[in-house]
Amino acid sequence: MTLRTPLHDAHVAAGARMVPFGGWDMPLHYGSQIVEHQAVRSSAGVFDVSHMTIIDIDGRQARAFLETLVANDVGKLEAPGQALYGALLNAEGGILDDLTVYRTEQGYRAIVNASTRDKVLAWFATNRRSGADWRERKDLANLAVQGPEAVARVTELCNLPALAQLPAFNALAHGEWMIGRTGYTGEDGVEIMLPAAESVSLFGRLLAAGVQAAGLAARDTLRLEAGLNLYGQDMTEANHPYESRIGWTVALEPANRNFIGRTSLESLRKHYTRKLTGMIFTGKGVVRHDFKVRTQVGEGVVTSGVFSPTLECSIALVRVPREAKGDCEVEIRGKWLPARLVQPPFVKKGLVVTR
Amino acid sequence: MSDIPRDLKYAASHEWSRLEADGTVTVGITDHAQEALGDVVYVELPEVGTNFDAQGEIAVVESVKAASDIYSPVSGKVIAINDVLEDSPETVNQDPYGDGWFFRLQPDDPGDLEALLDAEGYAEVCANDEH
Repeated sequence: MTLRTPLHDAHVAAGARMVPFGGWDMPLHYGSQIVEHQAVRSSAGVFDVSHMTIIDIDGRQARAFLETLVANDVGKLEAPGQALYGALLNAEGGILDDLTVYRTEQGYRAIVNASTRDKVLAWFATNRRSGADWRERKDLANLAVQGPEAVARVTELCNLPALAQLPAFNALAHGEWMIGRTGYTGEDGVEIMLPAAESVSLFGRLLAAGVQAAGLAARDTLRLEAGLNLYGQDMTEANHPYESRIGWTVALEPANRNFIGRTSLESLRKHYTRKLTGMIFTGKGVVRHDFKVRTQVGEGVVTSGVFSPTLECSIALVRVPREAKGDCEVEIRGKWLPARLVQPPFVKKGLVVTR
Repeated sequence: MSDIPRDLKYAASHEWSRLEADGTVTVGITDHAQEALGDVVYVELPEVGTNFDAQGEIAVVESVKAASDIYSPVSGKVIAINDVLEDSPETVNQDPYGDGWFFRLQPDDPGDLEALLDAEGYAEVCANDEH
């Protein structure tokens, strides 16, 4: 049985090509993923991200529970509305999932991937702590409105002047709604978690206001241009944060916070041999997941590759030896062709930042 | 429902073929194929003068989403390629049966086209694709 978000019929009505994704029936595109991509870079687009798992955690031990599970330090979230990005690790330091954690009035809210829902809920149960309770918020929909004009459009449509002042990676509560200034595109924007019943009307009003409906395909090219990892592709349980470009989310201070994976990470961070970095291929063709890479210091692999609508050539995230840099080669249909390693992101706030 | 012109011949691998008045065969990909591929960003075309067998790999079309091989519908020699696709691959999405054509063949035997599907037969292939 394929799951459907509350916006399923609205997607179909908007001309979406629906595809199965992580157990859900989701819009891939609404005609042209490149048009959708460009709308997000130049004005505003809206993505249905209701398939992602929202989990509310509360109780007097909620903080201690998350401090044990999340490699970033939720203790840094001092006031309701603050958010951080981090990873759930196993004891070996392998990444179980990446997530965003918001501090709320009642406790915390975690947003985890759709594909990892069952695994994460099982992990929570395995590591349960008395005084920390969680519940999945299947009653909520989640709309990501992204692009340079996204905040202005949502501010007007929802009559929320406070939104314009909201700092990045912060959220505000508005009745049953929670609006975070967060996203997965490299642009300014918001993610709006709201009761499912209200989401269809908001989606319709956004489209009527000229916001472009955007599907999973555009989401993938936008996040890759922004140098953001996709769990299950750029990092899995076989990878630790240091070789996945998210070492910055590991909080080893305070030294007495004993999170799962800590011991492994303390030694891994001194000895790791691979890294995740960017690659640009300006030749004819598109680099894709699992293509082989040769650097001057050893072999590597493409973890994600797309045609970048902004750079108008192929870009990729690649896992290569830690010392690799500069010129490399990538194998496309049996031919080794020249490419170049670069530091992501490729695009930031609409501008190409790497060449 | 995608557009399937009645005057063309089709392969189950989603190429269309049109027998021209001069006995040559123009080949492209179908509306159904361009829609399934999404935005086309690159087309690798064969060299003019090269011979190909029927069902031989003759070209590659890459969309943002995937790369697909294009097969020669009949055996013959490439006599022209569509240079427009070099700079404007999106033409394949915009006009798959017109300006988005791929290449033209001089077939070894124009009668070979009879072995291809007609519009009705190809519509069945597409219908089965949906499931």
